[in-house]
Amino acid sequence: MNKALSFAKDTSLYAIKGGSMYYAWLLFLSFFILVGTYTSYRQFTEGLILTGATDQVTLEMFFANFVFTAHVAAAAVLVVAPGYFYHRQDMKELAVMGEIVAMVFVATGITFILYHMGRPDRLLHMVPGIGFLNFPNSMLVYDTIVLNVYLYLNLIGVFYILYKKYVGTFDSKHLARWFTPIVYLAIAWGPLIHIVTAFVLASNARMESWATAVLPFGFLSMAGASGPSLIIVIFLLARKYTKLEVNDSVIDLLTTIITWSLGLLMLVFAAEMFSVLYSSTEHAHSMKYNMFGHNGLNMYVPWFWGVMITLVGSFVALLFPRVRKSYNLWLPLVCFLVFFGVLIEKPMVLVFPAFSPSPLGEYTEYHVTLIEFFNVLFIWAMAFLWLTLIIKGAIGILTGDVRYEKSPSNTVKQS
Amino acid sequence: MSEENNVKMEDAAELDAGRRDFLKFVCTSSAAALVVAPEAAEAVVKAADSADADTTVAEFFQGHFVLMSDEEKKQAIARLEKRYTAKFGKETTVSDVAAPDDVLFGYALDMSKCIGCRRCVHACVEENNQSREGTVIQWIQVMKIPKGNISFSADELEKGYPEKSQFGDYGVQVGGNAYHPAGMTTEGAQSYYQDETVPDKDFFYMPVQCQQCEKPPCVKACPVRATFRDHAGVVLIDYNWCIGCRMCQLACPYQARRFNWGEPQLPAEEMNPKTHYFGNRPRMKGVMEKCTFCVQRTREGRNPACLEACPVGARKFGNLLDPESDVRKVLETKRVFRFKEEFGTYPKFFYYIG
Ligand code: SF4
Ligand code: SF4
Repeated sequence: MNKALSFAKDTSLYAIKGGSMYYAWLLFLSFFILVGTYTSYRQFTEGLILTGATDQVTLEMFFANFVFTAHVAAAAVLVVAPGYFYHRQDMKELAVMGEIVAMVFVATGITFILYHMGRPDRLLHMVPGIGFLNFPNSMLVYDTIVLNVYLYLNLIGVFYILYKKYVGTFDSKHLARWFTPIVYLAIAWGPLIHIVTAFVLASNARMESWATAVLPFGFLSMAGASGPSLIIVIFLLARKYTKLEVNDSVIDLLTTIITWSLGLLMLVFAAEMFSVLYSSTEHAHSMKYNMFGHNGLNMYVPWFWGVMITLVGSFVALLFPRVRKSYNLWLPLVCFLVFFGVLIEKPMVLVFPAFSPSPLGEYTEYHVTLIEFFNVLFIWAMAFLWLTLIIKGAIGILTGDVRYEKSPSNTVKQS
Repeated sequence: MSEENNVKMEDAAELDAGRRDFLKFVCTSSAAALVVAPEAAEAVVKAADSADADTTVAEFFQGHFVLMSDEEKKQAIARLEKRYTAKFGKETTVSDVAAPDDVLFGYALDMSKCIGCRRCVHACVEENNQSREGTVIQWIQVMKIPKGNISFSADELEKGYPEKSQFGDYGVQVGGNAYHPAGMTTEGAQSYYQDETVPDKDFFYMPVQCQQCEKPPCVKACPVRATFRDHAGVVLIDYNWCIGCRMCQLACPYQARRFNWGEPQLPAEEMNPKTHYFGNRPRMKGVMEKCTFCVQRTREGRNPACLEACPVGARKFGNLLDPESDVRKVLETKRVFRFKEEFGTYPKFFYYIG
């Protein structure tokens, strides 16, 4: 028990220490948290009317962002898998970082869903045994289960590894019998949260632009692009500012994954556009609306082309070894572009335009409100705050700065 | 009320008891857990000083209405009646009359008669206590659709491509007349027209409301079964059980569901005090609602309010199982179609040409 307590104490103390840049970053995040606390209060007391959602466009920014968090969370698998499947020692050391990203992003996704619900106070209605789950009919039920299980799998994974390393009994060759299966399960579970999230969307027959079999594949390839982008940036920062060792080989592997994923994504987009636009039936309406607007409603048009150019551009850029090897400039830049490209693709291409035309032929635009925007930023700020602190603590443990030592006081207490 | 239970929810009693015990435990032991639920926190705070408090707290812990015991149902209804009576200053009744046996409700609407006056819409709003301001909610939407969907205009003949070629000017037409809406389509429909006189001569009208699907995708999508189909074929919502996730709205191909984005604004003097638990009782923010074929009326053998309001008699309502009913006669003698049959939802709302 003592060990666990000092684990918590030492890691958190280490996590909140840093240089002035570090504090500036935390302060920056706190600003959004402060503002967001107020806007969240407003939303929870006055209702979703403060967001831009309507009966025509019923999913808001929260839901779009949720899909994105699922992308990043699932992609963390790509850091864990090489270590465990191919026994790449350089990756295995860093697997825990991938799991941290997964853990934080799933938790963030669940928070987004909480903000999406009209009655978050009735959350208990979804807890089996207390409430009632519409199993096996409702896709949202599967998603809830899948997300929660993924969260707990990663939680166990992260804290087991960190704690074992902290007390100095971690031996990657002889992992506990129960632990290895959990890691493999988590790896298998990553793609699953995606596929199920894609089905939550694709199961709605009337949302014609989602009723496509490529949706899960699009999601998986976007995951493979956006998740590793974030992780590359984290690794680059970590090895620049801390003692954590990240080999070039790790970065290169992740870059390769991004490139392949983007390539696949191009194929998915092309297949989708061809099958929709060639025959140009009713199903093409919302895509055409997205690409060219409709009767002067063309808010999404620049976003659509912007996203396409960003993603295609990043793909092409990554084909050049010079970009891939530019660890201090071009690579992080491309990673940022991919990350934000996929982030913006969610509301502006996947979710909002899909609602036009509505089943009764209405075209609508979605105008994000300020309150909603700050709520989204609030959730992101929280996510990055947790991510920073946990990763900082984890680095302390991985580099050996934070270690369990039997100090005299400890000995006294134990006796 | 036992008929209500034919909505299949297994182990109802057991589940219910388990839930209550757990809730008691949560309630007493972990106020902190409620931080995530500001509404609940508010409720707990209110408990200290407001007369409404017992109601709020009890309601927070109440289960799905269909799964309640008769005693719990009685209490839940008494709570609501007390609350509404105080809030709106009128003696309000909340009924929980079950649907009659051997009934399957159906509706038929004569498209050739409808003049688009929207009296049905307003009668519905008044009867069913919809929100009038802020979130304006109307369960019926009347589409105004241009006539002549299959007309060809001579002016348009030259437009579009491919243009004339050595094989003639009949290729794969992409522009011009090919861009006119064709057939029964909602393309070009307007639902917010503000005409001084109706009907407009170049248009026809098509009112749409919940179609009470036999295979309702909304029911399938609801994660907590807040929405369900009763044995008379009407799809209902327990407003106190709905978590506001809007999966049902996403699933409905008829755009028939309305969400309370904010606190509903229902003026006390316009409130209709004769209500039903699953029907027109005042709603709260953050829950879904929609047409119920006026359960509060039709379960007592009356006609829906929209039917009574229609000045041209375009609407017919009745029991689909009874060969003598109005709807059955329409189905037997008129040219009838169901809207968006390609979605496979099997509506019990029929459109016909009289
Ligand atoms: S019309 Fe829509 S709301 Fe009504 S039963 Fe069908 S799917 Fe459900
Ligand atoms: S909004 Fe309410 S009725 Fe609709 S799916 Fe969600 S919980 Fe069910």
